[in-house]
Amino acid sequence: MINAAGREIPDEFLHDGVEPFQGIYYRDGYHYQKAAPTVRAYVRPQADKLVDSVKDAVIATGLKDGMTISFHHHLRDGDYVVNMVMKAIHELGIRDLTVCASSLGKAHNYLVTCIQDGTVTGISTSGIRDEIGEVISAGQLKHPAVIRTHGGRARAIEDGTIHIDVAFIGASTSDQYGNASGKGGQSDTGVLSYMGSDVHYADQVVILTDTLVDAPNFPAAIQGIDVDYVVLVTKIGDPNKIATGALRLSKDTRELGIAENAAKCMYHSGLFKDGFTFQTGAGGPSLATTIFLKQYMQQEHIKCRWAMGGVTEPIVNLFHEGYIQNILDDQAFDLAAVGSVLTDTNHYEITASQYANPFNKGAFVNQLDFVILGALEVDVDFNVNVVQGSNGILQGAPGGHPDTAAGAKVTIIVAPLIRSRLATVRTRVTSVTTPGESVDIVVTDYGVAVNPRRQDLLAAFADTDIPLLSIEELRDLAYQYAGEPSPLEFEDQVVALIEYRDGTLIDVVKKPKLQK
Amino acid sequence: MAITTSALAGTLESSDAQVLIEPRAQGVQINLESSVYAQYGAHIEQLAHELVETLGITNATISITDKGALDCTLKARIEAAYYRALGKQQDFDWEVL
Repeated sequence: MINAAGREIPDEFLHDGVEPFQGIYYRDGYHYQKAAPTVRAYVRPQADKLVDSVKDAVIATGLKDGMTISFHHHLRDGDYVVNMVMKAIHELGIRDLTVCASSLGKAHNYLVTCIQDGTVTGISTSGIRDEIGEVISAGQLKHPAVIRTHGGRARAIEDGTIHIDVAFIGASTSDQYGNASGKGGQSDTGVLSYMGSDVHYADQVVILTDTLVDAPNFPAAIQGIDVDYVVLVTKIGDPNKIATGALRLSKDTRELGIAENAAKCMYHSGLFKDGFTFQTGAGGPSLATTIFLKQYMQQEHIKCRWAMGGVTEPIVNLFHEGYIQNILDDQAFDLAAVGSVLTDTNHYEITASQYANPFNKGAFVNQLDFVILGALEVDVDFNVNVVQGSNGILQGAPGGHPDTAAGAKVTIIVAPLIRSRLATVRTRVTSVTTPGESVDIVVTDYGVAVNPRRQDLLAAFADTDIPLLSIEELRDLAYQYAGEPSPLEFEDQVVALIEYRDGTLIDVVKKPKLQK
Repeated sequence: MAITTSALAGTLESSDAQVLIEPRAQGVQINLESSVYAQYGAHIEQLAHELVETLGITNATISITDKGALDCTLKARIEAAYYRALGKQQDFDWEVL
């Protein structure tokens, strides 16, 4: 059937309570029973929880065919944990597993082997890109992958949509009882936010660390009372790839122009007041918005109460300069963010559920005034795609995009109108990640479009120098330069389900037809 | 006009295209590889065929490696490759171009 975002969801996926997307607040007030894990009591005092190897840990958990395991991606491109655990599982011959990861990327390419030989038959993830994206797009995973937002993943675990049998958690430090943290050690990730729900809803929890410290390893993101086993490994990751070095602010005039207009929209929105809150993505124009934001804050003598997100150096700098009073951190993107969360008292680690879960009693996204986000594609209904490339291949991640867009009072998309000859603004996006209902402003290098739902913003911008155009005019401009794109061709096989944050299906991704 | 030597124009940078033109016994063969093939492949092939007509190319293999170039860039690269293959450096028919 056709859902509220205008997307066809095949009936075969609408069963066991799975519904099509029906609007961003459709499940407001929804009552549900939270899931509960089945755990083992450790009554007899143990000397420690250490096991000798990853393989021994897998054996100790009794992992069996058909079970679900989970991972986080705080180690980002430097992650060794996923491949290490999957190799041990592979050697043990366990098959038909579902991997519930907070995100996957090129560091996790051993999963390609596991997908191809049936070790892994199901995947739940935010990021789906590189080789894993190609293999899944080609239909090689047995079951369609489920693409979840960061908030949606926490929700799916807590409401029982997905049950984790064993969570394998890389931690930069742990004591021998499993009090574990992303702080300190050799592979410092700053935070371990994405495992916030896993540790409370998985039947078993295994910590992998390369730095064992004396108990108590406090403050601990993960409490030893939730941990079954601890494995000391040589290295959990490559510190050079965990956090990028200084993310430089853009000098690209096109990106700066977009950023300046985005900041101008914030300034004129009527919400730019002392104590405002915001989040910005790590893309070029999103980050560059902070430059102009600072100028407006100086000019108006106002401060930001808190900034949230994937934290980056430009945000940390504004925080150190006093423009931002608190940082809420669910992911440290660079070394500056890792350093700051370690030492700065008003820089707080929050869990993915606190960040963005739509089914708890009010995640921080609901308190955002502004969010600035990127887009691969935006359509004339303001729907955004950040998951599927314009060739049909899976190559992105929703991350917190749909979560923050639904929560924030003003959601601003920043993107160039065309990338090489690919039109960003188009008649119809390849697939919908974030529904247009939650997108307010689209800022491009050729003009700014405001969602007609937001007459308040249109009125606020009327007498400003913000270069307003309709979204259709932006699309027409893009097509004038690039030409109108031909529709992509797909086979019938569904290779991925795009789950909206509330568990409804917002879109499906089909296998692209092979091109020459 | 018939070409007798091979020539190259353009780069493999994003938003550009590289065009290799080679002599061919008879007719014109166009080989397109494009980073935007799924959405613009047919459009680019048509553009190339139209340009072959306009320029009066009779015997050539034209290999286009496109990195998402706009039409104006594609045309310029094909024309440049063709004139280089002809050794033509002046007296262009600007009316036709």
